[in-house]
Amino acid sequence: MVFAISVVVFSMLYINAGGAARRILGDFASDEAVARLHEELGLYQPLPVQYFNWLTGALRGDFGTSWFRPTEVNEMIGVRLPATLSLVTVSLILSAILAMFVGVYAALKRGTWIDRAVQTLSIGGAAIPGFLFAIALVFVFAINLGWFAPTGFTQPTESVGGWVHSITLPVIALLIGGVASSAQQIRAAMINVLSQDYVRTLRSRGLLPRSVIFKHALRNAAGPGLSVIALQFVGMLGGVVIIENLFNIPGFGSLIAASSTQGDIPVIMGLVVTVAIIVTLVNLLLDVAQGWLNPKVRVS
Amino acid sequence: MTTPLLNIRDLVVEYPAKGFRKTPFRALKGVSLDIRPGECVGLVGESGSGKTTLGRAVLGLAPVTEGSITLGGKEIGNISARERRQVSKDVQVVFQDPYTSLNPSMTIEQILAEPLLARDVPKAQARQRIADLLDEVRLPSDALHRLPREFSGGQRQRIAIARALALDPKLIICDEPVSALDLSTQARVLDLFIEIQERTGVAYLFITHDLDVVRHVSHRVAVMWNGEIVESGDTREVTTNPAHPYTQRLWMAAPVADPGAQAVRREERRRLLAAQAAAAGGVPVAA
Amino acid sequence: MTTATAPVSTAPPTPVKKLLRDPQALISGGFLLLVFLAVALAPLITRFDPNHADLSRMLAGIGEEGHLLGADNAGRDIFARLLFGGRNSVLGALLAVGVALLVGTTSGLIAGYFGKWFDNLSNNAASLLQALPGMVILLAARAVVGPSLWIMMAIFGVLLSAGTYRLVRSAVQAVRNELYVDAARVAGLTDWRIIFKHVTRVVRGPVLIQAAFMLMIAIAIQAGIEILGLGDPTMVSWGGMLADAFSRLFVAPILMLWPSVLMALFALSLTLFANSLRDALDGTQRTSPATIRNVFKKVEADKATTGVRESAIEMDADELLRIEELRIGYAMPDGSIKQIVHGINLDVRRGEVLGLIGESGSGKTQTAFAVMNLLSEGGTILGGRVLWQGRDLATLTEREFADVRGKQIAYIPQEPMSNLDPSFTVGQQLVEPMRRHLGLSKAEATAKAIALLDRVGIHNPERVFMAYPHEVSGGMAQRVLIAGAVSCDPDLIIADEPTTALDVTVQAEILDLLRSLQAELGVGVLMVTHNFGIVADICDRVVVMQEGEIVERGETTAMFASHDHPYTRQLFGAILSPDQVRDAYAAPDADDDRIKELTS
Repeated sequence: MVFAISVVVFSMLYINAGGAARRILGDFASDEAVARLHEELGLYQPLPVQYFNWLTGALRGDFGTSWFRPTEVNEMIGVRLPATLSLVTVSLILSAILAMFVGVYAALKRGTWIDRAVQTLSIGGAAIPGFLFAIALVFVFAINLGWFAPTGFTQPTESVGGWVHSITLPVIALLIGGVASSAQQIRAAMINVLSQDYVRTLRSRGLLPRSVIFKHALRNAAGPGLSVIALQFVGMLGGVVIIENLFNIPGFGSLIAASSTQGDIPVIMGLVVTVAIIVTLVNLLLDVAQGWLNPKVRVS
Repeated sequence: MTTPLLNIRDLVVEYPAKGFRKTPFRALKGVSLDIRPGECVGLVGESGSGKTTLGRAVLGLAPVTEGSITLGGKEIGNISARERRQVSKDVQVVFQDPYTSLNPSMTIEQILAEPLLARDVPKAQARQRIADLLDEVRLPSDALHRLPREFSGGQRQRIAIARALALDPKLIICDEPVSALDLSTQARVLDLFIEIQERTGVAYLFITHDLDVVRHVSHRVAVMWNGEIVESGDTREVTTNPAHPYTQRLWMAAPVADPGAQAVRREERRRLLAAQAAAAGGVPVAA
Repeated sequence: MTTATAPVSTAPPTPVKKLLRDPQALISGGFLLLVFLAVALAPLITRFDPNHADLSRMLAGIGEEGHLLGADNAGRDIFARLLFGGRNSVLGALLAVGVALLVGTTSGLIAGYFGKWFDNLSNNAASLLQALPGMVILLAARAVVGPSLWIMMAIFGVLLSAGTYRLVRSAVQAVRNELYVDAARVAGLTDWRIIFKHVTRVVRGPVLIQAAFMLMIAIAIQAGIEILGLGDPTMVSWGGMLADAFSRLFVAPILMLWPSVLMALFALSLTLFANSLRDALDGTQRTSPATIRNVFKKVEADKATTGVRESAIEMDADELLRIEELRIGYAMPDGSIKQIVHGINLDVRRGEVLGLIGESGSGKTQTAFAVMNLLSEGGTILGGRVLWQGRDLATLTEREFADVRGKQIAYIPQEPMSNLDPSFTVGQQLVEPMRRHLGLSKAEATAKAIALLDRVGIHNPERVFMAYPHEVSGGMAQRVLIAGAVSCDPDLIIADEPTTALDVTVQAEILDLLRSLQAELGVGVLMVTHNFGIVADICDRVVVMQEGEIVERGETTAMFASHDHPYTRQLFGAILSPDQVRDAYAAPDADDDRIKELTS
């Protein structure tokens, strides 16, 4: 899968890269300089050859060098990896926990005002784009109340407290949309499980209501719940791009935005492949978890 | 000896294996059966016997791996899609489930018109035919503009029967058509089947698991087990004097609606199973 | 032959009517319509040019100098920018959704109906498209194709199509296996006609709903790209306005307000409208939980006020269960109560098997459920008493019932496979209730469970103990359920058509098993069934129900010999007599047209 992505994206990016040398050096560079750069970057070679060169490098862990900065792509990505990963991981875990709580609680209290409140809030949270929340959060908490700095990021290695402080607003902005839609789906999954025949039969055996709900129903709803979380992850990776830019956090998101503007193709390529690898790993983990939860899946 | 209308010879239906290292599944292992014009042949069996697969193979809904199915002398087993559509004029179906065999969002008129429109029957003629069909199955004419959900299970089966009769077929495959109906409705719908057969001369392959039903409606009975026909013959003969051990077990297993008689049958069944087990060397006979 | 009886129910309102009656749909739909019209007619509504910068009017307030909503930091009219920006934003989103629907629906239809290689290919393609976040792909694309809004939205449409593809494909696959599609094929319809007539009907609704959600996402992503500063600077758009405003957040926060509010309202309306659409297209008429709660409250109030004529509960030593004047009803969507059991009386004595026979709709299963308080959602006991060991079960709470169920009264369900928890092994499900009710240790319970599995005729009890429900057959699963029912030594077993879902030969074995267990343990059994053969085989007494009432009762042998009530007569009359065999086959006339047709 990662392989397929790399092929497709590479083709897309490099297909029009002929004029890259000119773009890098600008309109005032001499033709000879452009031609020399063109050759240096290997842009004259046919596409499959360029891809093969890239691939051999990538498998060794070398994504090449940026076109606009004298740094290795690896280094650029590596420096920014912790920031984004910390942001997304924290958001995902918190989002998963919150969504489970809220979704299950709403399912159990179905029809009451609690359930209706949850549903209304979920609709709002899921519909309104995350960046609007981010902007509102910055406006209220950073600018007006001054509790948080509107931008900036402290590495966890420097100061854990500072790190928490700097990611609070971004995490909240990232999570709202995720929790809202996940909670709705988890609620639906839970309601579906509770209406199954075997739940009635379990009740008929005289098991305590809390055993039926928390031991049996929850276990069966967890599978669909995990699928929901997996989807959330991909969505969050997209959302983090904007959030990082709004909060000026030095992670993937800001790098990809900058590279996109400039047209720094090797960096973009490296970023895309890294993201693909991360997504694949996370999906793999979740698949394993699914197998543990759902005996029917284990056979394969 | 009347020439058979439908002739099935050594039919094998095999479904390809899913995933590697698994053998393909043989639903039918060489089945031979014939049906004469205007005859009702009952096909009895339990789940996994292959009775439904046999019906589906005749209808073109299951793949024919080996063997032949001929209708009036013409091969209908492994034919092209276009040829299959020609066959639709002669072979029709009534399914078991009255709730899912009719499209819930189509009106009765649309449902009954479907087979007619498929053969480009002109509208006026179609309309007349639909009105006649409703009469034949004893449904009121105002049923036309209603949806299936407004009707009971028995009524929906009548609609399914009407749809099957639309093209005036020679053979109708009835796949457990009364199994999902209430007791009192069952009897009425069965009588309708018999009445239609006597009036129009259509033949039936009547698939069921209910022994009383098959006795009531079939001229001949074939018993299926594990993809094969283990016994067949005249209804009276097969149901009162079965030869094959499985058929004997099958008849004994169905409870009789009379306490005294049922107690007797229970005892007979116990003796039969013991005898069969002894014959098989003391191993309990798998039902 | 009787003529058809009256139709069972009236047709529910069509989806369009439902929508028009839903206030949420009307409000959100109305707002959406308003926005669409406003952006479409933008030039007619405002005289300002959205791109005309006039620094003299910088940051004009609301209403100043003809600016409806004021002017932004470059002196451009905000209202005009909202309208014209809306044009671009909405058109862009429509483009994306259009592409998604076109690509997704066609590929989904083909893959779902025809399958095979196309299915494999498109599944892989869809996985590829969904593997990465859309934003990342769009930014990568932007590096190559530049800032064009239309190209970006077209690409996004392709990404979105993966979701539509999956939706359409699964809907088509579900329909393809329906019997009415088989019937259409047998009727001779071509594949394309079948797809057109049957399949598209099913697909329309979900696709429409998804389209509304996709519109919302498309607008959001557009805005996202523009906030990053990667949008098309020559085109005014909501996202662009947000980007401008954000950079001026400290200086003029009000600039944020208008595009944010508009976008948020637009997104909300789309979601609410999509939800209303989903409700309208949902054919089933389910009663909402809120309605159910209200109805139940009313029922409780009624019970309290109809006088406490609580006569002392006296039961013979012999009597296990006595049902008095039991009325059961369900809450309807409109808040009324539909009574389905109208005051029945019956009793089960110690050690006897009572048959409860009736057709569908008779209320027999509901009565069985009501005894154990296991009625489906919306059902409740409206009146009467369910007397058990000196208590009225109808007054018990759920928690109190947990001590009665399983331990004193056990239940055997009808459908074996769907009544076992798929995530736990057979053994775990047997052991858990035993440990709770009998206080056994895990080892003791395991031993007892395995012994029980052996008793109910399972050949390899240890293996089945460790197995999951999907690994055992239907007959075995039913035996497991029976083992579970007797495991805690109950006094009464309620069996709800326990053999209906089984083959005839397996049925006979299960009946044998039930009979021997009943004799050995001396339990009472309430056997719900529709099969007279089963009644004759196993029941001591029988009670006949019709439409929520008991019409006749008596000893089994007596009942079969003579029956009084017309309904009972009708039921018995419908039993196919073993003597009733079809007349011998008569070959049709050789001159018959049909024969001639055959041989031609």
